[in-house]
Amino acid sequence: MTEPARTRPGGIGTVVTEPGAEPVIDVGRLHVHAGASHILRGIDLTIRAGETVALLGANGSGKSTLVKALVGTVTPSQGTVGLLGARLGTDRVPWERVGYVPQRVGAGGGVPSTAAEVVASGLLNGRRWWLPRGWRGRVRDALGEVGLADRADSAMQVLSGGQQQRVLIARALVRDPDVLVLDEPVAGVDRPSQEAFAATVRRLGERGVTVLVVLHELGELAGLVTRAVVLRHGVVVHDGEPPRPRTEHGAATHHHQHPHDDATRRRPALTQNPVAADPEEVAP
Amino acid sequence: MNPLAELGWMFTDPFMQRALLAALLVGASAPVVGTYLVQRRLSLLGDGIGHVALTGVALGWLIGAALGVAPDTLAVPGAVVAAVAGALAIELVRRRGRTSGDLALAIMFYGGIAGGVLLIGIAGGSNGNLMQYLFGSISTVSDTDLALTVVLSVVVLAVGVGLRAALFSVSHDEDFAVASGLPVWLLNAAVAIVAALTVTVAMRVVGLLLVSALMIVPVAVAQQLTHSFARTMTTASVVGVVVCVTGLTITYFQDVSPGATIVVLAVGVYAVAAAVRPLVARRRPAQDPHPDLPDDVELPPAERKAADQEVCT
Repeated sequence: MTEPARTRPGGIGTVVTEPGAEPVIDVGRLHVHAGASHILRGIDLTIRAGETVALLGANGSGKSTLVKALVGTVTPSQGTVGLLGARLGTDRVPWERVGYVPQRVGAGGGVPSTAAEVVASGLLNGRRWWLPRGWRGRVRDALGEVGLADRADSAMQVLSGGQQQRVLIARALVRDPDVLVLDEPVAGVDRPSQEAFAATVRRLGERGVTVLVVLHELGELAGLVTRAVVLRHGVVVHDGEPPRPRTEHGAATHHHQHPHDDATRRRPALTQNPVAADPEEVAP
Repeated sequence: MNPLAELGWMFTDPFMQRALLAALLVGASAPVVGTYLVQRRLSLLGDGIGHVALTGVALGWLIGAALGVAPDTLAVPGAVVAAVAGALAIELVRRRGRTSGDLALAIMFYGGIAGGVLLIGIAGGSNGNLMQYLFGSISTVSDTDLALTVVLSVVVLAVGVGLRAALFSVSHDEDFAVASGLPVWLLNAAVAIVAALTVTVAMRVVGLLLVSALMIVPVAVAQQLTHSFARTMTTASVVGVVVCVTGLTITYFQDVSPGATIVVLAVGVYAVAAAVRPLVARRRPAQDPHPDLPDDVELPPAERKAADQEVCT
């Protein structure tokens, strides 16, 4: 049916660390419709090797749809998506170099599965339908990378939400990707898991892995993100420096207790985290 | 005659030898496919396919009657074709829009039975002819049936066990499988086809109406005992073999329906496993289930004390 396991094609070792190199993600005039709604309205986005990019925006702004179009689970109605120099839909994309962490949805199907089994499925790709020799060691290493080395044989459903999310990150890391795409990896996740995630992203950045991460707020990643792209209603409204949250509002320790009177003191957009500044997000 | 000698008799009986081999293969392969179906929450898919296979049986009869061959010869091939077509149709519907999948199953249930009864009448048969397919007739397994059973079971086991990692990935998280570059459509179709083949293989042993039980109930038993996908599959397969062979052995001595006996046995094993598990399972102390995670919320000591007392009383 397919050729047996092969060593991965040339590509490893060619990772370029400095920004300004080959485009890893190249999206051009991308439109996505879902039924009657026009979710993405002409997105242009180029991400080069070694960048750590945060994709920000309010709920419904199209962040997740953009990520899904990137990994091929949503079909664009118009425009092109390029991944590692290959065009989705026409070329063969080297998926074995792409790590994808979807938004966590429940604990999986009707049959229990262990963390190791879930992570092992990250070792498969279009050319390799079987687990390679030595997969246990690689799975253990990937779980160690997210701080769950001792939970390899735990059933997914007994892990906490944050731990399940880390298992999904390990599943993306186990194939040793050159580009990592994460959809809200820290949404509703406990603090230790957020810190473990930030440490992982730091290590990946140092290794030259390109990271695109969908976030609601920069949080623990504030110092690691090299560039931020902000979506609003399916359009890129900001692309550049990560927005600095106002210190008294953005800090994780901040307690938001004063009454809102934002109408009188609304600042121009992007001097603070634009997600929080979105007028639709602020209670009247 | 002592029971051992009777068992010896059973194994020398050529009818019984064929039946036992068929039961062994079906018992081993049906739960393997069932594991994927339960994983996808498609436990009733086997039933839908079984109903469609009935139309295939009748169609085989009709064609056999038209060609002037013995009507039974084309029944099993007809069932294979109809079951594969039906399984692929359900897979297509599931792919298009997930919500209508259960409606499509329902339509297949009724269309399959009605079509079967209608066609068997046109072919000049009676509903009685359908009974052996609906409820199984393992004692009449012929050499040809057995050969087909062996071939199809080997195919089912080869795909189900050989492609386990890939099929697990697709069944567990389809989006991730797409983003891995796995041929998701092909693998989904493989599960559907293998499920269809299992239905037609198991048709002779337990009958179309009870096929799904043999695919699903052993998995339900195994779930009570393990928490890993691979071990669930292995355990289910062992349970399947044990209930099939035991059930068949019982019917050698007692004149009862083999299919019904096997399924009742399987359900009985499930009931025992479900009842015993809470007694056997280590009783975990009512403590923090995640001792490795610090608490998010700090409670003042007084409040915590009150909460603890509440638990105690």
